[in-house]
Formats: sequence, C-alpha cells, structure tokens
Amino acid sequence: MDAVAQFLKDIPFDLILIQTVNGIVTGMILALVASGLTLIFGIMDVVNFAHGELFMLGAYVGVIVVATTGNFWLALVVSALTIAVLGAALQIVTLRPLIGRDPLNTILATFGISLILQNFALWEFGPVARRMPSPLTGHFILFYLDYPWYRLVVAALSAAIIGGFWLFLKYGKYGIWIRATTQDRVMAQAMGIPVPWVLTGVFALGAGMAAASGVLFAPLVGVDHTMGLDWVLKAFIVVVVGGMGSLGGSVVAAIFISLLEAYAAIWVNPSQAVIVSFVVLILTLLFRPTGLFATPK
Amino acid sequence: MSEPDTTALVSVTDLHTYYGKSHILDGVSLHVGHGEVAGNIRLEGRSITGVPPHRLAKMGIGYVPEDRRIFRLLTVMENLRTGLDREGVSDERKRALLDKVFTYFPRLAERRNQAGGTLSGGEQQMLAISRAMMLEPKIILLDEPTEGLMPRMVSQIREIIGVLHREGVAILLVEQNVPLTLAASRRVYIMEKGVVRHHCAASELDVNHAVIKQYLGV
Repeated sequence: MDAVAQFLKDIPFDLILIQTVNGIVTGMILALVASGLTLIFGIMDVVNFAHGELFMLGAYVGVIVVATTGNFWLALVVSALTIAVLGAALQIVTLRPLIGRDPLNTILATFGISLILQNFALWEFGPVARRMPSPLTGHFILFYLDYPWYRLVVAALSAAIIGGFWLFLKYGKYGIWIRATTQDRVMAQAMGIPVPWVLTGVFALGAGMAAASGVLFAPLVGVDHTMGLDWVLKAFIVVVVGGMGSLGGSVVAAIFISLLEAYAAIWVNPSQAVIVSFVVLILTLLFRPTGLFATPK
Repeated sequence: MSEPDTTALVSVTDLHTYYGKSHILDGVSLHVGHGEVAGNIRLEGRSITGVPPHRLAKMGIGYVPEDRRIFRLLTVMENLRTGLDREGVSDERKRALLDKVFTYFPRLAERRNQAGGTLSGGEQQMLAISRAMMLEPKIILLDEPTEGLMPRMVSQIREIIGVLHREGVAILLVEQNVPLTLAASRRVYIMEKGVVRHHCAASELDVNHAVIKQYLGV
C-alpha cells in the first residue's frame, strides 16, 4: 500500500496537464494529415505513400510564400491550393491509368512518387532545414512554461478544417457524390456521377489537406525534405487504428495515440515514446484488425 | 431463363423497344464475349457504344439493378440526391420529382432520414426505382425487380411499371416472373442461353401458350 501511495504522490500532475495540451495539439495536426490519407484510402482503395511528401512540399511552398510576401495565412491558402493542383495532376497521370489493377501497382506508383518528390525537394531546396517564422509570437503561462499561443491556434485551425470537411461530406452535393462513390462505384456511375473526376477531386482534396497541415506544422519544427516521413508513418498507424476509411475514427485515433505518446514522454525520452504508437498498432491488428472505429461497409 | 456463364457469348439481335409511336431503342445490337464488348448500341438513333456510364445517365438511361445496389450508408434522401443533384435542375423541379416519388411510396417519405441499408427488401426496391426516376430518364432498365419480394410487393411493382409507362418512360424489363411480365409489357423477348428464341407482342402470349411451355417450362 505504501508503494502505491508513494506512486500516486509522485505523479507529476502539472506535467500531465502540459502533456495533455501537447498531445491534443500534435493529435489535431496528425488528424489533419491522417484524414486526407483515410479519405483517399476509403474511396479509392489507394494506399498513398506519397502523402508525407505532399505534406513536406506543402510546407516548402509555405516557406517560399512567407519569404516573398511575409503573410503566413496567405501562404497557408496558396500552399493548399498549389498542392491540391499538383495532387490532381499526379492522380490523373499516375493513378487513373491504374484503376482496376492490382492494389500493389498503386502502392508501387505512390511509393515511386514519394521518392521522386523527396529527391526533388533535396535537389531544389538543399539538405539544410528552413525555418518558418511563427505568425503568432504570443505566449501564456502554463505552470512554469511559456506556452506559445500558436500551438493552440494550430490545434483549433486543424479542428476547424476537419470540421468543415466533415460538413462538406455530410451535406454538400459533392460530399454525397464522394460518399456514394466510396460505397458503390458502379452504381454511382449509373446515377450520372462522374466517378473518374470524383476520384481526382478526392486525391486533390487529400493533397491540399496534407499541404495545409505541413504549413501549420512548419513553424514548430522547421522544414526539410524528410519531414514527411515521420508524419506519414504515424498517419498510417492512425488510419489503421482508427479503421481504414473512417474519418471520425482517424480523428479519435490521432488524439488517442498522440496523448499516449505525450504521457509516455514524461517517463521515457521522446524518441522511445514513439514505441507506444507501435504497441497500439500491433494490439489493434491483433485484436481489432478492422480498426477500433471501423464503419461497416 | 438460365444464367449464362461469364465466358458464354451473349448476343441480342435486332431488339426494338417502342413507346407509343416513338421508336425509343432503334436496333440495339450487342455482342458480349470473353470479357469484351463489341457491336453498336443506339439510343434514339444515336450511337452510345463506348460512352462512359455516367454520361449514359445524363442521356436518359435509368438503371435499377437486380440486387438494388442501394447506397447503404446514405440516407433515403441522400440516395435520391445522387440522381437529383444534376446540373440544370431547378429547385422547383427537384421538389416536384421528390413529391412524385413520395406520393407513390409514402413509406420512403416516412424513412427519408434513415440509412438505405436499414430498409426492408421491398423498401429498397422502391428506393432503387425512385432513385432512377430522379434522373428523369427516357428509359429505365429494370433488372428482375420482383426477385425475393413478397407477393404483395410484386403487385405493387406491377403498378409502378404501369405508372412509369403512363408517364412516358420506356422500360426494358428483365424478369423470370412470366405472369407479371406478360401483364406489364407490350413486347416480349424470350431468351435462352443468350439467344433470343422468340419475340412477339405480349398480347399474343399467355402463361399456357406453347412457346412459354417450350422455353420457360411453366
């Protein structure tokens, strides 16, 4: 009993609160990355290995626009639009011809795109990480920390983008087209829905969301050509744990995993805390292979 | 009619469908074999061979598949909207179309916010037909609409075919239910093993006719 009492007494509540905030912030950005990924998987059955590179290129476009105009919010919009157009072009050129083929083909294609984009970034922007100034420099006191407002703004913005996207899927004309196409591609065509363009549109939308999260995250870590790797790996874990193709599941799983990692980082160092994600992934695959929040097809 | 196996050749020769005096399908000829499609299909004299499926819907072909293929996770309303949210349909027209199907099928109006997958088989059939009607089609391809339905629903389907017909929609009905087909159709084609064995006006046949006995064994 003494040991338990001692353990309870030793729980650092201030740290737990700080890490809760950190976990939610990271979780929201991760949710934004993962929702594009899960949408593309859900509707197209395409596992998009280039998603992290679209995130990374989005951040670079953001850096360039900020450097020339000084306006972060303009950079956010320009980057999302630019990368959405790039995503549409990539889909038309590489994925559309592969519709109906073995999924392995699309995996190889997106993996190829990922390598090309990553090396393009290395060649074009060099190996040195770029810094992105934060658009908000204010801080508030969280216990003994100066906590940047920007982090909270990022979390709120990510939530707003995901929320807007959900409303679009739920009530918009094109949202209904997307959901109908996800459920039955053949019947959707029979109802006059231009399915090939819906697929292109969805890929563009996912790419734009990846770019937006890249720009939002850039001021927190800096921008380099490998920044997509960590994120896409984690986003894949989130998509699997949340249930492939489930938007709500991805959001919950992103926050869940980010919180676990943040709490684990109290006791172990942050690079070891990543292990927690993999433990969750393996447990999910063992006991709930369709994901914790999978929607019935 | 036996199910042709997938490698068999299906060929329908000289298929004509009439509505009133207008020649809606003029010489459909299709020839399917070994995963290939060849031949020429015409709608109102225009070739539609190779036209992407979503364009066909815009040209006025409504499709009610055998297994209904309701969008299971979409509500009844959303299922209807897949055909209603087309370009150039005024809000007034949309309301009129919805009013029409909800008058024919009050059950759908009651369940408009329910997911399609939770409907009964009969309700799903109503929804599949209503959904095709949202396209304001010139012709509806109706594939075995009575399969797996209760007798009461079968007679309702019969009524719906009549209503569609009165509204000027041509119907290409594929059915194994001979009495229903003879009652609902103007022309019939009897197919066996992918070949049209006999065709004539529906009024020339009844369930006890020798041709029916020969090919359909009833």
